[in-house]
Amino acid sequence: MQTEIIISGFGGQGALFAGQLLAYTGLDHGLHVTWFPSYGPEMRGGTAHCTVILSDDEIGSPVVKNPSAAIVMNIPSLEKYEPLVASDGVLVVNTSLIDRHATRQDIDIIEVPANEIAEELGEKRLANLVLTGALIERLGVLTIEQVGKSLGNHIPEHRRNLLESNREALQRGAEIAQRAVQPG
Amino acid sequence: MGKELLKGNIAFAEAAIRAGCEAYFGYPITPQTEALEHMSRRMPELGRVFLQAESEIAAINMVYGAACAGVRVMTSSSSPGVSLMMEGLSYIAGSEVPVVLVNIMRGGPGLGNIAPSQGDYNQIVKGGGHGDYKPIVLAPATIQELIDLTFEAFDLAEKYRTIVVVLADGSIGQMMEPAELPPMQPVRAFDGRPEWALTGAVDRTPNVVSSIYIDPVEEEIFNLKLVEKQKQIEAEQVRSHKLWMDDAEIAVIAFGTAGRIAQTAVRDARSQGLNVGLLRPISLYPYPYDSVREVAEQVQRILVVEMNGGQMLDDVRLAVEGRVGVDFYGRMGGVVPLPDEVYEQIQKTYAQRANGR
Repeated sequence: MQTEIIISGFGGQGALFAGQLLAYTGLDHGLHVTWFPSYGPEMRGGTAHCTVILSDDEIGSPVVKNPSAAIVMNIPSLEKYEPLVASDGVLVVNTSLIDRHATRQDIDIIEVPANEIAEELGEKRLANLVLTGALIERLGVLTIEQVGKSLGNHIPEHRRNLLESNREALQRGAEIAQRAVQPG
Repeated sequence: MGKELLKGNIAFAEAAIRAGCEAYFGYPITPQTEALEHMSRRMPELGRVFLQAESEIAAINMVYGAACAGVRVMTSSSSPGVSLMMEGLSYIAGSEVPVVLVNIMRGGPGLGNIAPSQGDYNQIVKGGGHGDYKPIVLAPATIQELIDLTFEAFDLAEKYRTIVVVLADGSIGQMMEPAELPPMQPVRAFDGRPEWALTGAVDRTPNVVSSIYIDPVEEEIFNLKLVEKQKQIEAEQVRSHKLWMDDAEIAVIAFGTAGRIAQTAVRDARSQGLNVGLLRPISLYPYPYDSVREVAEQVQRILVVEMNGGQMLDDVRLAVEGRVGVDFYGRMGGVVPLPDEVYEQIQKTYAQRANGR
């Protein structure tokens, strides 16, 4: 069983970090993982994305055409990845920055006002983890508890004061995914 | 030691440190700069040498100097930077001093771009600098293999007094995967340096390390010595990885990142009932000609996949010697092929398998 996740947004939105968190969680829970980033000028404001692959078997290609899931954090990301998500896959849309609906009928679409929720939590940079929480809740590969635990294992010492708010962000995203209507 | 999630560039730098690398000289270039960053922090911490030179040309000549002194030394760069090093590398080969170079290839020619590529195969595998020499070239496909080959590269370089190039691409440099680092090996003591090294001729006759042979006959004697050494390397250091070859009617041959992308495509093809196998060369010099020949004797057709215009393809054809048809699929300029594209090519090669050459 292999799950491929693409996380995409503007540079600075934390797409690469959210992907690393999933990779760490996979590693901590005995899965094979790869984390493959876009690199270069994205770090300075262009679109940044990464592909995370979680598998119970050896991983071949680190790149994938049709991922099982995608988190899109801005409009260019939605335009690029909505058509590519595999049928029956999951698409998490950051409605704080995307003012239109995804239109695919054959995938599970979760709309999350991630920036607003992050601001409620007092830290607007947590939007990436709100979106990650929503994805994990619906994806069925890892659990929110596992991701929260791995966050604790790998968060740098100087950021440890943010651990609880990060876990809260994951939880809030998960709650939205629970409430959202699942496709029939 | 458990597995850690490691980025390729940091993984090979740390593997070199653990192999007892005593000095690193380099110049930043994407997509391998994290290696310099790691070295700039770790080497001084351990009391070793890190120096960011003013250019790749300066860096490789510093590497040359340190190698002459019998120091375990390395550099790393990406394609355009490695091109700048070629004169120095030729001098190093001509002086028979051990050096490790990691090339994290990017799209070219020219300034090109920073995306993953395998476009330097011919340059690196066939020598690179002027004159008759070939470095040992090792091509990892995973972060673990990158670590293991870089660690071993130092021993190989010293065993054969040669350049060892670890040839990877931007995706391996930038990717993170769980991997295990080897235990730390101490830096070699001064009096443990090789007997040919320039260590200060106290109470012994001076050593000379040079690539100058004014007399052509003497130069040829030296060339013949390199040829003998290459024969030994070819007998002892061929490496490749075979997968699903037992029942294969066609085979895909690909190295490095192209090899692991092909692995996914081959697995998908097998799940659809196509009898396909994979051969992934790991040593590019010495090239696994015998393994390719064995494959050619077994299968009906071969597909070569590369992230270049067909450079290893020539070596495959040399080994196949016309026994079976050889198809090629390549993406260039920094474009990474998707498994789906390779899968389509596998279907084409499979359909053609009974049609001869």
